[in-house]
Amino acid sequence: MTNSRPWIPYLLILPSVAFLALLFVVPLVQTIWLAVSDNGVLSLDNAERMVTDINFTRSVKNTFLLTIAVVPVQIAIALAMGTMVAKVGRGRETILWIWTIPLGISDLAAGLVWLSILQNTGYLNSLLFGLGIIGRQASWLSYQTPVALFIAIAVAEIWRGTAIVMVIIVAGLNQVPKEFKEAAEIFGAGPWTRFWRITLPLIRPALQSALILRTVLAFEVFAVVYALGGRNFPVLVGEAYNWQNQNQNYSVAAAYAVLIMIISLAATLIYLKALKVDPERLP
Amino acid sequence: MTTDTISTAADTPKAAGFVSSRRWLLWSGIAALCAWVLVPIYLVALGALGGRQGVYIWPKTGLPTGISLEPFILFLKTEGVVQSFLNSLGAAGITVALSILLGAPAGYALARYDFRGKDSYRLLVLLTRAFPLAILALPLTVSFIRLGLYDTIVGVGLIHTVLALPFAALVTQGIFLGVPKELEEAAWVFGCTRIQAFFKVVAPLALPGIVATAVFAFVISWNEVFAASVLTVRNRTLTAYLLTVLSESPMHYRFAGGLMLILPSVVFIFAVRRYLFAIWGISSK
Repeated sequence: MTNSRPWIPYLLILPSVAFLALLFVVPLVQTIWLAVSDNGVLSLDNAERMVTDINFTRSVKNTFLLTIAVVPVQIAIALAMGTMVAKVGRGRETILWIWTIPLGISDLAAGLVWLSILQNTGYLNSLLFGLGIIGRQASWLSYQTPVALFIAIAVAEIWRGTAIVMVIIVAGLNQVPKEFKEAAEIFGAGPWTRFWRITLPLIRPALQSALILRTVLAFEVFAVVYALGGRNFPVLVGEAYNWQNQNQNYSVAAAYAVLIMIISLAATLIYLKALKVDPERLP
Repeated sequence: MTTDTISTAADTPKAAGFVSSRRWLLWSGIAALCAWVLVPIYLVALGALGGRQGVYIWPKTGLPTGISLEPFILFLKTEGVVQSFLNSLGAAGITVALSILLGAPAGYALARYDFRGKDSYRLLVLLTRAFPLAILALPLTVSFIRLGLYDTIVGVGLIHTVLALPFAALVTQGIFLGVPKELEEAAWVFGCTRIQAFFKVVAPLALPGIVATAVFAFVISWNEVFAASVLTVRNRTLTAYLLTVLSESPMHYRFAGGLMLILPSVVFIFAVRRYLFAIWGISSK
């Protein structure tokens, strides 16, 4: 466009820049300062209180294990959904709509949904009882069954969070030109080879953004855990919440926040490096 | 698709049998994944409509017996439920308005102008994605108390806009890129000012996409739990209300709450299903 009025674009982005400066950059700096200061002087007291807290190690371990368990499964299911739906002609729209429904479901609601299935008189126990596998109601969500609780939370997270990965991957698959596949087919590549050597490399940008988004969200896991296990399964954001709301200690909560941010940033950088997207190889 | 049907028709019966068994496998996989999404929603709806007695039926059949709207209506009449529902609507409304009002102009600037600092702006927007944004509500408690925004719907709407705004800017950029520049320039030639050209030519064409963006902003706010719980005490949103009463609520109330959270989002996702993939194709670039 003409450059007669070069200030126009700045005028257009100014409101959003001002907003993000006030409510993203400022709180970010505040959080870091709260975490590393004590009565206005630099100090590591908050970090020390965080690290020595009884729930700290468990919450770090739980959050990491959950992320490691959930994210790969979500990517795998989403890839399966994407390749399946690509083979469908009629009904494609409906199938995709059904699969995207969890996109609109909050983690709290997802936790409550799976609570209805996994509670003591719930549907899982009813099914197992009907099949004769269990004789009486088993409990899955108590502190005495940490493994079952972990699996329950992972299942609820996979149920809810796969939709967003699927949408990003299907959007990526839609951009892969048909010619690539057809050429590979003519040269005798089987479906597996085509998938690993053609499709997967071509949707690398989509995979990368799906991985970043999902991993950052996985480290933020909170409400689904609370809905299913209450306090029985400490995670990082849950601890931050407790320090803020129950203990009213904003500094230790901020220390947790900084830790979560560092982990999220590190994960993002690792993905950016590991899945380097070469702009010239894009379709 | 066409090559598929042709080869099926031309192949020998044996090969056709192989193809149809693969088809069968494909469709059972699709059906299984659809059930995986839908059955849990159906079951929580049963729980929400089954009431107190429904919770303790053992063993459960999973059939819709003994359900009625009454338990759900009873839940709605519980103190705080309707108010928190309205609060959620209010916060989401503020989020939608702010993220479109602030985000769409930025998206338009990104789509139509080359200017110094464009890349830094895009970087700022993308950077927000690497941060767990809701956690930034923690230090805001103090400043919001000072500003009188603590425990208000406006405060919640503001922090939810931080979540939705970067998304809105990126997506509207893609939407405006999809409106041909030539149409806008033609309007100038016919004597429209830039502002007239925008509202008479560009805006109508971009409207469906912008509405879809707005719906997403709504869903983002509607579903957010952490920031809303940290920043409110009495004026809770639905998610924050449910989170705080969770441990002392009976099971069927929890299920009713879950259903109430799910329903609006499902309707909205249905309304924008056409735009889902276009939007995420854009925003994941």
